[in-house]
Amino acid sequence: MRKLSNNTKYDFKFKYLVNYCIVLALLVLGLVLMFTGGLKMSFARLLTQIGFSIILAVSLNLVVGFLGELSLGHAGFMCIGAYIGGFSANLLSNYIGSKFLVLVLTMIIGGVLASVFGFIIGLPSLRLKGDYLAIVTLAFGEIVRNIFKNQKAFGGAMGLSTGRIQYDSRNNMTLFIITFAIALIMLFVLQNLVRSKHGRAITAIRDNEIAAKAMGINVTFYKLLAFIVASFFAGVAGVIYAHYTTPVSYTFFSYNYSIEILVMVVLGGMGNITGSIIAATLISCVNFFLQSRLSGDLAALRYLIYALVLIFIIIFSNAPALRPFKEKYGISALSEKIKKLLKKSKPFNPAVIKEDEGSWDRIPTKIDMDALLSTDINPDTPDEQEGADKKSD
Amino acid sequence: MANNVMQKEMSDNNIMLKTEHLGISFGGLKAAHDINIEIRKNQLYGLIGPNGAGKTTVFNLLTGVYTPLTGKFYLDGEDLTGQRQEIINRKGIARTFQNIRLFNNMSVIRNVLVGLHNSPEYKCTPFESMFRLPRHFDSEERMRDRAKELLSIFGLEEERNLLACNLSYGNQRKLEIARALATNPKLLLLDEPAAGMNPQETAELMKTIKFIKNELNMTILLIEHDMKLVAGICEELTVLNFGEVLAQGKTSDVLNNPDVITAYLGQDED
Repeated sequence: MRKLSNNTKYDFKFKYLVNYCIVLALLVLGLVLMFTGGLKMSFARLLTQIGFSIILAVSLNLVVGFLGELSLGHAGFMCIGAYIGGFSANLLSNYIGSKFLVLVLTMIIGGVLASVFGFIIGLPSLRLKGDYLAIVTLAFGEIVRNIFKNQKAFGGAMGLSTGRIQYDSRNNMTLFIITFAIALIMLFVLQNLVRSKHGRAITAIRDNEIAAKAMGINVTFYKLLAFIVASFFAGVAGVIYAHYTTPVSYTFFSYNYSIEILVMVVLGGMGNITGSIIAATLISCVNFFLQSRLSGDLAALRYLIYALVLIFIIIFSNAPALRPFKEKYGISALSEKIKKLLKKSKPFNPAVIKEDEGSWDRIPTKIDMDALLSTDINPDTPDEQEGADKKSD
Repeated sequence: MANNVMQKEMSDNNIMLKTEHLGISFGGLKAAHDINIEIRKNQLYGLIGPNGAGKTTVFNLLTGVYTPLTGKFYLDGEDLTGQRQEIINRKGIARTFQNIRLFNNMSVIRNVLVGLHNSPEYKCTPFESMFRLPRHFDSEERMRDRAKELLSIFGLEEERNLLACNLSYGNQRKLEIARALATNPKLLLLDEPAAGMNPQETAELMKTIKFIKNELNMTILLIEHDMKLVAGICEELTVLNFGEVLAQGKTSDVLNNPDVITAYLGQDED
């Protein structure tokens, strides 16, 4: 018994280490370039963008993938973080000299405020399901950015000027280090949450809310918990954004950006953290290169090319013709190979999940979007279709 | 007089579930009306009746899915009427579902672990889990052992790492019972546990139910259509028809009651 459980710990550790490794690899890439002097401003900015995209995608994955609620308001939480973080950073920088300290303090302020709104948005989610909740969160995102747009204190339609607190300067580009550090902390917290009894409760609610209630799971608590944690990290990402670009403009946090985050989650697979990280990296890069490399007439086609790339990725990730290729060279095959090298053991049987705790990222990654959207609103209808066998002795 | 009161208290102490005039109606339909059931501790009680008689409605009332319009029910002397589902479960009523409701995308052992979620001995806050404090590891380790123990009662410990949806139908039913038992209930409600099972599986299930009752000292209320199973294990029965109690009492008496036979098989034409 003892030996078995030791084995489990080994097993699941490997799985979540992969996620840390990807983020660390990006960080190390940036650091190496920095110390060899090859780090260009544009690449440092790309790394920061990848960093906060990862934070946004993985935190949204908690709500969409693990809790199973469709939220289209993630940019709204980011917006709160960006405006509040930028505003308070402007204030704090009058008193505190260290930019780092200001950044950390405003992250806490922005994150907490965003999570307060996460709590408020989580409340209707207790009664609304599927597309209804999607509409509410969508409206929330729009309302938030329009409120900020109309506040003089936050710069009105011009956007909040955060030029004073920009973290990166021409010869000191370190914001990406902090961003990836935050991403690592977020991975630690979220993965630990997901792979615990609380994560089990959250996935139980996704799988069958009625049964979860009947098992004594406090559905209210866990739905709110997921929303609060996710919106906290979205707020933190917003604060990073405020330190990354100026002015903080309400136009950035539009419906489109919420969808873009959702696309990262869906591409990576719902309930699959590794997938979210890779998809966030990929989409950020595609966006970045399309923005910076296309010029002249091609620039007008940016969104068209972006759409084509997305379609290509989706086809690639699902096409049956490509399956044998993926089985040989895909990521899961690669990780299996590494594992075999490390362990030299049992043949891989996809039906058997590794000992429970490791299985959090083997949850089928593709929840049917249709099923998610057409959730039964009133599943409590009395079901009295008893069996047909009615003999009395 | 004092003796009488004493006796009444004694008998109250021995009663696990008591419903008083429990009833609910949907629009004009009285789905359950004036249901009075008393279940003694460690008793195996059956609830039968034709289609649409309101058996599952009674389960839904007892587990808080519906709030009763009339009447009350007491578990071990405690009034639980109108409480929320999760509260009722924590107070000690666990159920299975007629149409199986497992957590299909989770492994078998995880299903049971969800059932163990509220056990006071495995307490651990989200904060402790997020930051991996010692209590997290401790409680997870012990929960896992307990879950394996429960699965072994049903002979499922070999399948514990399969996805729940990949189990056979009979095993899924068993897993549902194991999951309900994991919540450490005082009263177990089984909604047609033998539905869809072949005779051999049913016989096996009968053994398991008896085992749960005798070895784990469980009080069980069960809905069933398989009369062999009902006659074989239930001590007392309540027969429902059109939402009302048709007959109540010892199993053999009830099954020979002409009203019950009429309700099930219909009346002779002549």
